[in-house]
Amino acid sequence: MIDISTSVMQFLLAFIVAAPLLGAAAALLPAPPGLRGKSPDQAVLRHGVTVTGAILIAAIVLALGFDHDQPSRMQATTDISWIAALDVRIHLGVDGISLPLLVLTALLTFLCALYSYFKLPAGPSPKAFVALLLVLESGTLATFAVLDLLLFFLAFEMVLIPMYFLIARWGGEERQAAAWKFILYTLLGSVVMLLGLLLVGLHAGTFDMVALATDNGRGLSTSVQITAVLAIGIGLAVKTPMWPLHSWLPDAHTAAPTVGSVLLAGVMLKMGTYGFVRIILPIAPDGMRTFAPYLAAFAVAGIIYGSLACLALARQGAGGDLKRLIAYSSVGHMGFVLLGIASMTPTGVNGALFANVAHGLITGLLFFLVGALKDRYGTADLDTLAGATGAALYGRAPRLGGLLAFAAVASLGLPGLAGFWGEMLAMFGAFDPADGLSRPAFVTFTAIACFGTLLTAAYLLIVVRRVCMGVVQQAGAEESGPTPELADVHGYELAAWTPLVALTVLAGLWPAVLLGLTDPAVQKLLAGGKS
Amino acid sequence: MTVAAAQGADSAANLVQSVDWLAIAPPALTAAVALTVLIADLFVPERRKPLLGALSVAGLAAALLLLVPLRSGDRSTFCLTAEPEVCSYTADHFTLVIQLLVLGGALLTALLSVTELDGGKAAGTGHKLPAGEFWFLLLSSASGAALLPAARDLATLVVALEVATLPAFALVGLKRGDRLSSEAALKFFLSSVTATAVMLLGVSFVYAATGSLHLTEIAAGLDDVPGKLETLASAGVALTLVGFAFKAAAAPFHFWVPDTYVGAPLPIAAYLSVVSKAVGFSGLILVTVIAFPSHSDVWGPAVAVLAALTMTVGNVAALRQAPTRAWSAVRLLAWSSVAQAGYLLVPVAAAAYAGTDQIGSTVAYALMYAVVNLGAFAVAALVARTNPLNRLADYRGLASERPLVALAMGFFLLCLAGLPPGIVGLFAKVTVFSSAVDAGLGWLAVVMAVNVVIALFYYLQWTAVIFRAPETAEDGRPETAAPAPVLQPAGTLVALRAPAPVLAAIGLTAAAGVALSGAPQLVLRFAAESLF
Repeated sequence: MIDISTSVMQFLLAFIVAAPLLGAAAALLPAPPGLRGKSPDQAVLRHGVTVTGAILIAAIVLALGFDHDQPSRMQATTDISWIAALDVRIHLGVDGISLPLLVLTALLTFLCALYSYFKLPAGPSPKAFVALLLVLESGTLATFAVLDLLLFFLAFEMVLIPMYFLIARWGGEERQAAAWKFILYTLLGSVVMLLGLLLVGLHAGTFDMVALATDNGRGLSTSVQITAVLAIGIGLAVKTPMWPLHSWLPDAHTAAPTVGSVLLAGVMLKMGTYGFVRIILPIAPDGMRTFAPYLAAFAVAGIIYGSLACLALARQGAGGDLKRLIAYSSVGHMGFVLLGIASMTPTGVNGALFANVAHGLITGLLFFLVGALKDRYGTADLDTLAGATGAALYGRAPRLGGLLAFAAVASLGLPGLAGFWGEMLAMFGAFDPADGLSRPAFVTFTAIACFGTLLTAAYLLIVVRRVCMGVVQQAGAEESGPTPELADVHGYELAAWTPLVALTVLAGLWPAVLLGLTDPAVQKLLAGGKS
Repeated sequence: MTVAAAQGADSAANLVQSVDWLAIAPPALTAAVALTVLIADLFVPERRKPLLGALSVAGLAAALLLLVPLRSGDRSTFCLTAEPEVCSYTADHFTLVIQLLVLGGALLTALLSVTELDGGKAAGTGHKLPAGEFWFLLLSSASGAALLPAARDLATLVVALEVATLPAFALVGLKRGDRLSSEAALKFFLSSVTATAVMLLGVSFVYAATGSLHLTEIAAGLDDVPGKLETLASAGVALTLVGFAFKAAAAPFHFWVPDTYVGAPLPIAAYLSVVSKAVGFSGLILVTVIAFPSHSDVWGPAVAVLAALTMTVGNVAALRQAPTRAWSAVRLLAWSSVAQAGYLLVPVAAAAYAGTDQIGSTVAYALMYAVVNLGAFAVAALVARTNPLNRLADYRGLASERPLVALAMGFFLLCLAGLPPGIVGLFAKVTVFSSAVDAGLGWLAVVMAVNVVIALFYYLQWTAVIFRAPETAEDGRPETAAPAPVLQPAGTLVALRAPAPVLAAIGLTAAAGVALSGAPQLVLRFAAESLF
């Protein structure tokens, strides 16, 4: 949109990846004079906001400087040799697929830093918190920006340690067990993925994703492709997470602090689906074609499973935790994304990418809201919250209740909001899958997925009814003691949530702003760089 | 050799081998300094004993510097007069890298030992280590270790191995009056001597079958062994490998490791885990890749199974270390070093299938391992000063006491685990994985993948303990046994100050680790080129 010279673009992208790391190192140092602020804690939290803010600005400028007429071309590329022995190159670049995710990551991390500035989760020193947050940001941004398989693996692994400590140190109940489950599960997946990546790289003779994508699997025999897709797919499926490899996710989400949940759902799950689109689809299409029906089957199983689990949690007397419920709903939503990818059609993959971003916005917002509820009530347990008639959020904290209802209907895929287009397109894609894939099977999957949307609507509406509606209790009238005054939305909460709400509406009303970016890039990926 | 000597008898001049003194300088200088220290010990008064330590450190540093003029890697000496291409001592790239590792490891051990020797004196517990003997033994062992990778005939190889190992027994048992130390030394001695005996039997079989001790000659000889000697040759190959597998602490020859490490003075445990292991590995590599390439169908699968077994046994045992048990930190490092030996074996196994170049992965991994493992031992030595029991639980709160040391330790452990921010550890593991995948050893790669996950559990658990807030009353942890010396009178605070040499060792290893993480190419280049 605006003309920025190539070298500035290169610098911007490199800055986006490297600056959080430098910021993390700086966060550990004592604040220089003049930046000490009111207290060391306040200074370091402000440092976090500054760094993530600078990165968000850089990401926005990068998006503005991005040549929107050629979104399928890799832009702002840097390509320098790093480890010659392993043929690892620092190859960075963005195209229409990675740009939205990059901006989404920068935005969500900034909002998280802003939120923590005012509301730091209970735990040890904020110094470590900010440093870990920044390392996490660097890892996620690098995952979306690198174009080298081994570097991708490095970035993929980089988020594990910070996330482990965020959950284990700043989390809620059962955080140790949840953190272990998270890291061991994902590490096992990613080590298997490494074997697949090595198999691809050693057989094709290069680890460069662009070269491999242009090659479109021609340099790899079918058996190599099948093994590689299986190995890489398992690693990515654990991260995504695909049913039945999802069991780390609900625990991790329930135990993680609000900020951790937002980043986990909003950004880190996307690393898995992004890997499917960026690595598996273009590099090993034959292998993918073999596994696509199974992937689709697991995806719809995940949709149904996630929805049913949510329904069970939302039931009265089930003692369901709201965070756990949203975590399960993520399993369902990611099922739609995987279904779109499994269709191997431009429509489906575009839908998957759209649903990716939409899920990041909406679920990020939902986790923020539930975190705020938990802060106010001291629990996220649905039964305790709702009591006999409902939590009556509309009556007691109307803005909070309104936002929760908004996020819920966005999540269930109301047309006009971001959640609609992605799932719609994913199902369209699956309805008419790519050549070589069994049409009847995919039509069945589509039908089941449609049923899943109904279930999704059902549990989200139940949640809205139980949390937002109900009778406002008179203070002191009940035997349970006086109902505490509920603070409505604070200023900082509004600041952190408004961008998400606005983007949800924008993406819902004007999907072309995203699809225009992703579509050409997807066409090129699926065609193997021919078009 | 006898044949060669007979041929050489024609002319007297041919009998005299010309010696390239520069090529043999690194081990020779180390040995010379060792003797100097031993003699000087007799004349130096008690209060000047620290001079011996300084002399040893300087000697090792000088030996390291002597590697610089050899860096082209094309020198060899002690060649047969009749066949000048058959040499007993070769300073090729492989030799130089291992010598760098061994001498550097010995230097860091020496840095750690300086305070150990002083510390014993200060504590006055009767555990005082005799300085002169200590330095002599350490340097002789180091000179043997530096000689071994250069050895290209089986006799030199065995002699170097024994020169490296025999002083190590004494070093382990040097804590006089310590029952654990003597027991450890005895255990180490008995099992090691058995292994040596087995190896010598194997060497004699190989010599009988091929008629030569030079590795290259053996390789040629093994190709056409007479039919009736075939079994003898195979048995010789197998027995020789067993000996080196013991030194490398590969399962099932690993059982001496944990007790020996716990009983030995801490710097010596570090030395054993890095230098001794490197010696075992270079010996194993030399005999497998140079001497026995024709029997790769025998030793390839055997080494692969050994690798899988070693890493699994090491990791599972490390997993079972209770954090409150005495010496659990050293025990954990001991078991983890067994597991790491398993990873180191993978490229050796791959070399049987995909050629000699795979060895570079072992060398690169060994360099990474040496740096970070020595660093971890250096931190353990530091913690042991205030918590002599060295339990894992004692590391709690390290982050608030010494933030930089805690960060360094976290970094070392994550390097060993192979996760970012330990980037060099990650890429070292990647080269090992890629050698396995390249050689078609998919099952071994998968076994290793599972092991990496198991290993992460205990490394990360330790890391997490380091960064936990110090123990407070409200925590109410069940562990009540062995009250940690938390409440010390103000007078002992002097002893808490970290000694400079240990800090230097931690700083050096941490700096090396960080530098390598930024530029992994520095060690990984060995994985991409032919070293021989």
